[in-house]
Amino acid sequence: MAEIKEKYPLTLSRVIWVSVILGLCLLIVATASLFIGTADVSLSKLVGLVTGTLSPEDPARLILLKIRLPRIALAGMVGFSLSLGGVVFQALLRNPLADPFILGVSSGAAFGAILGIFLGFTFTLGVPSLSFAGALITVYLVLAIGTRRMGMESSSILLTGVIINAFFTAIIMFFISTSGDSRLHAMLYWLYGDLSQSRLGPLAILVPVVAVASAVLYRYSRDLNLLTAGEENAFQMGVDVEKTKMICLLTVSLMIGLTVSLSGLIGFVGLILPHLARMAFGSDHRLLIPVASLGGAIFLIAADTLARTIISPSELPVGVITAFLGAPFFIFLLKTRGSQWSRS
Amino acid sequence: MEPILILKKVSFRYGDPWILKDVDLRTYEGEILGVLGPNGSGKSTLLKVMDGVLVPGQGEVLLGDRSLASMPRTDVARQIAMVAQENFFRFAFSVLEVVLMGRFPHLKRLQFEADKDMEIALGALRATHSSHLSQRSIHEISGGEKQRVLMARALAQEPRLVLLDEPTSFLDLKHKRDVFRLISSLSRERKLGVVLVSHDLDLIAQYCHRIVMMKEGVILHGGSPEEVLTPDNIEEVYECPVMVDTNPATGKPRISMRS
Repeated sequence: MAEIKEKYPLTLSRVIWVSVILGLCLLIVATASLFIGTADVSLSKLVGLVTGTLSPEDPARLILLKIRLPRIALAGMVGFSLSLGGVVFQALLRNPLADPFILGVSSGAAFGAILGIFLGFTFTLGVPSLSFAGALITVYLVLAIGTRRMGMESSSILLTGVIINAFFTAIIMFFISTSGDSRLHAMLYWLYGDLSQSRLGPLAILVPVVAVASAVLYRYSRDLNLLTAGEENAFQMGVDVEKTKMICLLTVSLMIGLTVSLSGLIGFVGLILPHLARMAFGSDHRLLIPVASLGGAIFLIAADTLARTIISPSELPVGVITAFLGAPFFIFLLKTRGSQWSRS
Repeated sequence: MEPILILKKVSFRYGDPWILKDVDLRTYEGEILGVLGPNGSGKSTLLKVMDGVLVPGQGEVLLGDRSLASMPRTDVARQIAMVAQENFFRFAFSVLEVVLMGRFPHLKRLQFEADKDMEIALGALRATHSSHLSQRSIHEISGGEKQRVLMARALAQEPRLVLLDEPTSFLDLKHKRDVFRLISSLSRERKLGVVLVSHDLDLIAQYCHRIVMMKEGVILHGGSPEEVLTPDNIEEVYECPVMVDTNPATGKPRISMRS
């Protein structure tokens, strides 16, 4: 066999190594986040908790296990799934500015969730189902309106997303304003992305759903590579385009629907992380998917830690932090890369 | 010679008018087939039907003894590669990554490229004189270079037939000639069947073994360049008066406009 001098662009071992290192970073950030907060919890308390020497009545136990741990876990899962959703939307729509929030998919899901709460559905099944339906309908609307005639034009898809976003947000505000229901009033805060109500119960559903969804999407990572160069092109090279699109869009909608029903509207995670990941590791989805997802988890844990400490003892919704970072980032991308994306 | 792709009485339409009407066509190994015709005569549609992107309303397309429409896409992509007119890479991939994408139909899901795939991709880059570009971003290279890289990607698919839709439309004279010479040598060395849509009558005359001329979705004339490229045929199809003489350098027909 002839000697191969060129370096492989991507190998399985590189994917595994990068994922393991990012996984460790995630663990470090999550552990660090456990100690940071309004109430002081020392390292010895955590060691005591792990070794079992901490008294069951110690308030540190409650803070660590019942308040901070579920919240950090939720932040990680939400960041992971929003960023993964961003990667997949960007590939399928061939639009670098697509993200679940900007496309209106998140607000569609939020509308479904709020409708579910309004109708008195439970958080375990009813609310996430409506949230999934909301996400799916929005994806359909964005594709049907945004791509008709104009093809996959960046601007028309984004504009459609903005309009759908405004529409659903208006309906949500209408629900909240006209209802005397106290649960709905609490939702106002949730509209800006709120992780403070996290409990371990819903996480038991979110974790397996996100795990299965990422496995399904990863199976299509090479198909996504080809789809970024156009559907016809991908079809000619052997991709079953319709099936791939269908499975990926359904999977992402399910994942984002469930995520939003637990976290509210957190924007820009799916925009920032995929871009940073692409800049650092290239565009191959076999590496991009794990890097962006794990990066999303790290990012949102850090952002939420900031949200609950920056104006301590009160708190900010985490969506305020991500929007504060994300909106300038969006403009930066538009300014510096806009011409490259406008059209060949 | 065994035909690769056989079109039998193929007709296609999007809406009402037929864009292709009763097209009969065969492609062969090692043969360069030129498709000529004015804008809107159905040339690009013909290529898409030949690759299975469009399914004909009437007639059938056979790849070997199988109907193209019933084959899994990876099976088709292992035998037919297309270099389309429009190619736009939204995200930055390196040239080597783009060429390795040609290995898609040969790899299983979740399988990473191995030494064999790398050898084939590097061989394709060498064959298209683009080895030096391998680490460059697909966004940074020129139009002529990109055309060669897309040819390399098509070769990495290891097809029996390559379909090219106006591969030289944005290129200058030297690059046009380079692309045609490349196609010619590849078809000779790799026994590759080639179908080439182009407006370059002279280059088609020089490099194609066989030519078909289309107008309004119908193949009006077919045969060797000398048989097809007559003043009467060209005027009938293009509605433009021309003179045809022999290019003293190549001995092939040379077409000039009368006015």
